[in-house]
Amino acid sequence: MRAPEAALPLLAEGLGYAAGGVAILRGVTLAIEAGPPLLVIGPNGAGKSVLLRLLHGLLPPGAGRIHWAGPGPKRDAMVFQRPVMLRRTALANLEYPLALAGLPRAARRARAEAALAESGLAALAGRPARRLSGGEQQRLALARAAALAPEVLFLDEPCASLDPAATRAVEAAIAGIAARGTKIVMTTHDLAQARRLAGEVAFLHRGRLLDHAPAAAFFAGPAAPEAAAFLRGELLA
Amino acid sequence: MKFRYRIVYIRPNGRQAAANRGRNRRRRPVDQAPGRPAPWPGTGIRVNDLGAAFATALHLVAEGDPAVLRIVGLSLRVSLAATLCAALAGLPLGALLAVTRFPGRQAIIVALNALMGLPPVVAGLLIYLALSRSGPLGGLGLLFTPAAMVIAQTLLIAPILAALSRQAMEPLWEEYAEQLRSFGAGPWRAVPTLLRDGRFALLTVLLAGFGRASAEVGAVMVVGGNIEGFTRVMTTAIALETSKGDLPLALALGGILMAIVLAVNVAAQVLRDAAARAGG
Repeated sequence: MRAPEAALPLLAEGLGYAAGGVAILRGVTLAIEAGPPLLVIGPNGAGKSVLLRLLHGLLPPGAGRIHWAGPGPKRDAMVFQRPVMLRRTALANLEYPLALAGLPRAARRARAEAALAESGLAALAGRPARRLSGGEQQRLALARAAALAPEVLFLDEPCASLDPAATRAVEAAIAGIAARGTKIVMTTHDLAQARRLAGEVAFLHRGRLLDHAPAAAFFAGPAAPEAAAFLRGELLA
Repeated sequence: MKFRYRIVYIRPNGRQAAANRGRNRRRRPVDQAPGRPAPWPGTGIRVNDLGAAFATALHLVAEGDPAVLRIVGLSLRVSLAATLCAALAGLPLGALLAVTRFPGRQAIIVALNALMGLPPVVAGLLIYLALSRSGPLGGLGLLFTPAAMVIAQTLLIAPILAALSRQAMEPLWEEYAEQLRSFGAGPWRAVPTLLRDGRFALLTVLLAGFGRASAEVGAVMVVGGNIEGFTRVMTTAIALETSKGDLPLALALGGILMAIVLAVNVAAQVLRDAAARAGG
């Protein structure tokens, strides 16, 4: 399932992005290496979601470049804040990207069923995905991305619209995926969640990357005063 | 020379019409017998005639008159075939327009929307010109055959199917676009995905196209020629029988046509409801 060669580290150099004349990201330089989850935090409008979309390749950078420095092929997947469920059964939702990846029919059925079982959703296999609850949909979206066995999994505020019980289930699923060796790169505006999940933290403010440090060091004493204010719960302008 | 030859070709049909006129003339003296109510102003139709016509129409439908059945059967075959042909081109085109952005896309959309209002006789005229002896496809000998009627109706409704399916696919694409791109699906892969996942919306699009095809008279009249037992469909038969004054047959066919259109719309509604329940 896992290609022998890694595409990581993922290097972003001087990334910039503007929409409608408004600069959203400016001069972001960041190296993402294999390891524990990277949590991208910062106030609303800091450019967290745009950064993930640039890294995943959904948006073209306005400035700078993104470079997968490893020798292997790029294998990354993304889960969005609002899960996009295809109008099919839960199982068919898992099979769809596997089919796109070129897996033969029998193999993708087996892989999809295994991924459903792994995420505790096996009982929902035959249900229309769009009839599932929000938490179930997000867990299904995570299982769908994980079934691709990506080297990097980008998560954009995956718990933003979920209740605490569903959030707990989704966080457990994320931790499980990380434990199986996938690099998690996840945005959140929820500091408590960042403390629970982060192995390293990147702090974005007004489109600039102000800090990138191991989680323990960051939460003990962030380098940037804005990050310190953010940790104290102050409202950043 | 070619033009003259074409006139010879349609003469059997002309003779048929003449014969119909003759039969009509024989009947007229009975209608004009003394003691009957005065005709409806400007129509020559009498109230008693209308009542009798309705009764006869019901009788024709109830007993399954073979002439009526043949006409209805041809109508359904022609319009279903045209809907199928138009769908093969129109639905993928509509979905492709929903997922792609390129220069000229807006112009194509405007053109399709304009073509939705293409008058059926104009569609008929274009196909007539293409299929006539001197036209580019004249060698096929398709003019005044059911195949020509299928082609004309296909031309008529393909833009409708394309424009409506684009409208139906656009919100679905808005929802799917980012996720499908994340999966690595390009536009060519997205089109079949949208067609499959939007199938309920597309069925109502198909039904709209079928309704339009089965209800139009101009295109099939021009390219089919309304030849009895060969290219006569419900709408052309209604037009002919009404002008002849044979109201029972016209009413019977009109009733069947309306029932079909109604059934199509009921089916569309049921499908929409089913789709909504399925979380469509």
